[in-house]
Amino acid sequence: MFDDASTVVPSAMPSPILAVRNGEAVARADIPSVSMDSFRQAVVSACSAKARLAVMAVLPGLAAGRVLLAVLADDKSQRLGLLCTDVPLDNRYPALTPDLPQAQAFEREIMEEHGIVPEGHPWPKPLRRHAELEGPWDARVGPDGYPFFRVEGPGIHEVAVGPVHAGIIEPGHFRFQCHGETVLHLEIQLGYQHRDAEALLLRSSPARRLVIAETIAGDSSVGHALTYSMALEALTDTAPPLQAEVMRGIALELERLANHVGDLGALCNDVGYLPGASWFGRLRGEFLNLSLEICGNRFGRGLVIPGGVRFDLPAAGRKTFLARLQAAGTDLCHIADVVFQTSAVASRFDGTGVVTTAMAETLGLVGVVARASGCDRDVRRDHPAGIFRRMSIEPAAASSGGVMARAQIRRRESENSIALVRGQVDALPDGARAVALHDARAHALAVTLIEGWRGEIVHVAATDNKGKLAAYKIVDPSFHNWLGLAMAMRGGQISDFPLCNKSFNLSYAGHDL
Amino acid sequence: MRRLWERLRQGYRTIDFPKSQSQLSPQFRGRPALHPSRCQADCRRCADVCPTAAIKTGPLRLDLGACLFCPACAEACGQGAISFTNDFHLAARTRDDLLLSGREPRLAAALGRKMRKLFGRSLKLRQVSAGGCNACEADLNVTGIVVYDIGRFGIQFVASPRHADGIVVTGPVTTNMALALRETLAAVPEPKLVIAAGACAISGGPFAGSSTCADGIPADIPVDLYLPGCPPHPLTILDGLLRLLGRIE
Repeated sequence: MFDDASTVVPSAMPSPILAVRNGEAVARADIPSVSMDSFRQAVVSACSAKARLAVMAVLPGLAAGRVLLAVLADDKSQRLGLLCTDVPLDNRYPALTPDLPQAQAFEREIMEEHGIVPEGHPWPKPLRRHAELEGPWDARVGPDGYPFFRVEGPGIHEVAVGPVHAGIIEPGHFRFQCHGETVLHLEIQLGYQHRDAEALLLRSSPARRLVIAETIAGDSSVGHALTYSMALEALTDTAPPLQAEVMRGIALELERLANHVGDLGALCNDVGYLPGASWFGRLRGEFLNLSLEICGNRFGRGLVIPGGVRFDLPAAGRKTFLARLQAAGTDLCHIADVVFQTSAVASRFDGTGVVTTAMAETLGLVGVVARASGCDRDVRRDHPAGIFRRMSIEPAAASSGGVMARAQIRRRESENSIALVRGQVDALPDGARAVALHDARAHALAVTLIEGWRGEIVHVAATDNKGKLAAYKIVDPSFHNWLGLAMAMRGGQISDFPLCNKSFNLSYAGHDL
Repeated sequence: MRRLWERLRQGYRTIDFPKSQSQLSPQFRGRPALHPSRCQADCRRCADVCPTAAIKTGPLRLDLGACLFCPACAEACGQGAISFTNDFHLAARTRDDLLLSGREPRLAAALGRKMRKLFGRSLKLRQVSAGGCNACEADLNVTGIVVYDIGRFGIQFVASPRHADGIVVTGPVTTNMALALRETLAAVPEPKLVIAAGACAISGGPFAGSSTCADGIPADIPVDLYLPGCPPHPLTILDGLLRLLGRIE
C-alpha cells in the first residue's frame, strides 16, 4: 500500500503518507502534515484498504502547538504509514470513530489526556481516569460517575463484577446487561491500574525508564523492554550486536511459551478439567525457570537493555538448557494431546465466545485473538525486526474465532516457539552482548513493534531539538483487544465469562498504563 | 486410558519444602550481599545506576523494599561491594528490617502466640492488586500449583474478604484502587493481617513518584509482613508466610 520505503507515496492515497519500516527513525519534519479533513480521509481510506490503525496519539508540535499523529500498519507490504495534522486551536475535531471503529479507544484516550474533543464520537466516555470526571465529556458523563450503557425492559437485570475479583488477578469492572442467563451486552470499565506510566517514563532517568518499560505489563516484561530498547536504538542509529538479537529472540519466545502454556492451564481450570490445569500450570514454570537460567529472573527482567542484552547463554550451559527445553517440549505435546482429545474440554471450548473475522477486522484486533478469528497478522512476519528478519515465520491460523480457536493458536505457537528457541540456541553466535548508544537524533521519531505473546506491542518515541525524549507513546495489544472481549460475550452466557476472559487473557496494567 | 498414562508419566512434582531446603539456580538474583569495606572513597556508581534509589553510599546501605533485584548496581560496582546471592529468604516483619547494611539480615519472626493459634494451621488470604503489573500476581498464583502446593500448609487464597484472615497487596496502590483496597481490608473480620508483596506495594517500586500512585501501601495501614522482590519468587512468598506462622524458625 505504501510502496517505497522512506518516500512519500501518492498512489491510491487521498493524501501523502510517509512509508517507513519498523524501527526506522525519521525526521519529524518529513512526516507529512495535512489538513484535518485530509488526515481523516487518508486514515479512514487506508484502513478500508486493509491497513490498520496501530497508533493514534497527540505529540507536542515541532515549533509550537500539538499534532495528531497516526501510525498505520500495512501488514502486506511490511510498511508503516505516518501522517499528522495540527490539533485545531479550538481543541475539537470530527471524530474518526463513526467511520473507523478501531479508533474508538485512541480517541477517548486523546480526549481524556489532552482535552481534545472528538466530535460525534459515539462512546465518549472516560477510558482510565475515575476521579477526574469533570473532563471534556459530553452531557452523558455526569458527576455520578461512569455512565454505563443500560438495557431496559421486562426481565432485564444488571450484574456488576469487580474491581476486586475472586481470583488473583488485576482489577477491572465488568457490567453485564442480562436477560436470564443471556448476556445482551458487557461493558468493561478499566483504569483501576492507571500508574501514569508514559508521563513517568518521560520524566525519569534512563535506568528508571527501562524498569518502567519492564513493568508496563509484567507478563510481557521482555516484550515491552525490547520494544523500548528498539525505539532508543532507532533514535540513536545504534545497531545491537548479533548475539544480543539472538538472545532477545530466545527470551521473547520463552515469554510466549510461559504465557501460552499458563493460559492453556487456566482454560482447563475454568472448564473444571483439573489434570490439564495442574500439568500445564507446572509446565509454565519450566519456561519461566529457563528465563531465570538466562538472566536471573523468571520474567526475563534485567536481560534486555538499550544497545543489547546483559546476559548470554554460556556454551557450557547450553546442553543442559536444550535438554530442559526438549523435556518441556515433549511434556507440552503429551499434555496438549490429552487435553484437546478430552470431550468435556472440547464441548466447553467449541463455539464459546466467538468473534467473527469481520468483527475482528472492524475493531482492529491483534495477536492471538485476531489470528483465532481468521486475521492473518503476526508482527514477526509482517514487520520483522531482530532475528525475525532472517527467518520465515508462518503465523498460526484458525478461523472459528471462539475459545477453541484461541486455545489451538496458543498450542501451535507454543510448539513453534520450542523449535525456534532450539534453533537459535544451537546457532548462538559469539561476540559482544551490547554496544553503547550513540547520541540521539534531534527532532526525530521512531515507531517500533514486536509480536509479544498477546500480540502487537507498539512504542512511539520522539526527540526534541536536543535529542532528548520529548514524547513517548505505548500501545499494549490489550488496548485494541478489550472491546473484542465485550463483543465475544454478546449472546453468550454469563457463566461463560471466566472462560472467555481467560481465552483473551488481556492485560489491565498494559491497557491502563 | 491415555489420561491415566499421562497422569503416571507426569509423576509427583511437589517439592519437599521446607523440610529439605530448596536451592535455586546460581543465576537467580536473590538477597544482595553488601561488603562496605570494599567501597572506594566517594564512589557512588551503584547508587547512580539504581533505578529506584534503593542504595545509599557512605556507608553503603540498600533498601530491600525498593530494590528490584536488577543487575545494575552489581554490574556498575566493579569492586564486588554489591553482589547478588541466590538466597530467596527475604521476608521481614518491619520496614527497618529491610534496610541492609552488611550486617546479618533479620528475617521475619513468627506472629505472637495468640495469632499463631488462630492462623497457624489455617490462613485464608484475599489478594488485592492495586496497580500490580501482573508479575507479583502471577507468582502469588504459582504458590498454588503442584510444585509449591501452598494448600498443604493450610494457606489458601479465597474469593471474598469475608472469608479471609488477611489481604496480600500488590502494586503501588493507584488512586483508582485506593478506595477498593480500603473497603476490601475493612471487609476482612478482625483480627487481620496485611501482607505487602513486591517492591511496588512496599515502596512504589518503579512507579514511586507517579502522580496517580501512593508509593505503595499507605502509611496508616499497618503491614505485618513484607515480601521483597520484583516480583518475589514463589519460594520467597512461601518461606515468608511459613515464617510468619512460626512453621519455619
